[in-house]
Amino acid sequence: MNGFIEQFLNGLIPGSIYALIALGYTMVYGIAKMINFAHGDIIMVGAYILLLGLNAAGVPTWLAILLSIVGCGILGVVIEKVAYKPLRNAPSLAVLITAIGVSYFLQNLFLVIFSSQGKSVPKFIHVSDFTVGGVTVSGNMIVILVVTIIVMIALTYFINKTKLGSALRAVSEDKGAASLMGINANRMISMTFAIGSALAGVAGILWVSMYDKAYPTLGAIPGIKAFVAAVIGGIGSVPGAMIGGIALGIVESFTKAYISGELVDAFVFGLLIIVLIFKPTGILGRKRIEKV
Amino acid sequence: MANEFVKKKSGEVKKASIKKLIVIALVYVGVIVLVNSGILGYQYRNLLVSVSVNIIMAVSLNLVTGFLGELSLGHAGFMAIGAYTGSLITLHLELPMWLEIIAGLAGAGVMAAIFGLIIGIPVLRLHGDYLAIVTLAFGQIIASILNYAKSITGGASGLSNIPEYTTSKHYILVITLVILSVVIISNIMKSRYGRAITAVRDNYIAAEATGVSIRNYKIFAFVVGAFFAGIAGFIFAHNVGIIKPNKFDFNMSINILVIVVLGGMGSIRGSIIAAIILTVLPEMLRDIQDYRMLMYAVLLIAAMLFNNSKLRKHLVDDGALKKLFTRKKKEA
Repeated sequence: MNGFIEQFLNGLIPGSIYALIALGYTMVYGIAKMINFAHGDIIMVGAYILLLGLNAAGVPTWLAILLSIVGCGILGVVIEKVAYKPLRNAPSLAVLITAIGVSYFLQNLFLVIFSSQGKSVPKFIHVSDFTVGGVTVSGNMIVILVVTIIVMIALTYFINKTKLGSALRAVSEDKGAASLMGINANRMISMTFAIGSALAGVAGILWVSMYDKAYPTLGAIPGIKAFVAAVIGGIGSVPGAMIGGIALGIVESFTKAYISGELVDAFVFGLLIIVLIFKPTGILGRKRIEKV
Repeated sequence: MANEFVKKKSGEVKKASIKKLIVIALVYVGVIVLVNSGILGYQYRNLLVSVSVNIIMAVSLNLVTGFLGELSLGHAGFMAIGAYTGSLITLHLELPMWLEIIAGLAGAGVMAAIFGLIIGIPVLRLHGDYLAIVTLAFGQIIASILNYAKSITGGASGLSNIPEYTTSKHYILVITLVILSVVIISNIMKSRYGRAITAVRDNYIAAEATGVSIRNYKIFAFVVGAFFAGIAGFIFAHNVGIIKPNKFDFNMSINILVIVVLGGMGSIRGSIIAAIILTVLPEMLRDIQDYRMLMYAVLLIAAMLFNNSKLRKHLVDDGALKKLFTRKKKEA
């Protein structure tokens, strides 16, 4: 039984990081109707900014973390302005290819600057482990869980209860009508990218706190997995992203523990296909009726 | 009515097919001259096979993405199926080389086509971004299973000592396969099937209303696309001699997609040209090793931005560029 709980926790932790990344995908898809393939690489940028901050003399840890999150947010806005905004009326495939281009660009830029060798990140979260009923939970895990829960509650509150949040929902519902009501759609889209990318920054920080290494392709795999999580949960839906992320993490951990390490991807992506066959818009996705 | 149309067209068709035969002959002669005259160095001669693989991959992906209009992010998965099936056949059969090649090619294509049929099932319920995600998932699942089934596929270390049947030494065979693939796919696209497939892309509701079976044509496009990706996989495997699951990852699918998009969706000629340029270009940028992928990324973004910019609209669609050239001709 303890082993079971341990595996559950082992899945919950990457799962909640996936959920954070998936939130970014979902928000951007909801408002800009595009799959932002560069989203995963923002995680990597966040990890590197954190690394630079931690290694620089005289920068306190909290400042390094803050710089990393803000840096990612700014990067997200810049990417949107430079690469995606000119393509707003272009076919979706053009936008997708551009996003892939941005992803390649970020990966290779960091490859040129930092080389492909991983750089280890010093431990920066100091919380002691504790044991409950024979199961040891590391302090790091607790921090990740708490941060994820706080971020999710804050985001849900922001989207559903604040004025900016409802403006955001209005734009994602109908951009034209929202603009006519006096909402600045461009600003809302920028804000979405800022929030989504800042969340990716948080995810990057939590990721390196667990796996303590930063390298240029760090974001690629969690990026794709989180994207799958967003689709499983129903793309465009915030609670869906959380459910999808955590479900994915747990499936991954159980497959690894009880079936085979090599089949993890087969199970994760198989889950995706099964969900999509039975619920084509994901678990919590809304159905769109197609009109002629 | 249809008959009159066909009669009128048949003259043009004859002319077009003669033209095509001439082009094919020119390609053969051109390649033979290039290889034998020593204009191509060793490095570029090897590139010939990579270019061929990419051409077949791009043209077959174009069938799905350009003509059917469904984004496929897992084309490398079909290539992997073809590469593994073909290699297992040539590794285990003890036959004369030509028979092995024929058996391997047939096995590679058919097995990939079967997988194309399997992916056709979820495809029936989905389209657009969601379908793209399923194809992505499919590619990942194939790679994952290839890693797992160690007794057959050798796991992560893959298959090695694959007979080198399609290296640059056998360039005539490779070129023939490329030409056959391109001709078959472009003929399919000009046939009744091809027109039905483009009808599904342009307006699937209207297509369905006029009696085009969306289900059958979608599956047909996926199966044909997968078949040729399998053939490309065979050539790839028998050129490099070693195959591993991670060779056929998501990046490979994306590279092919980039070729199709830059060459122009739904344009077979465009796919061929883009496949040549995008395979040779990284090789030429080899001197600046670290920067080449960076430049590639910048080029990609710039091309997409330019393609959808006002400048291009002004230059190409409004004919400003054409005017510029015709005026020059008059002056000269």
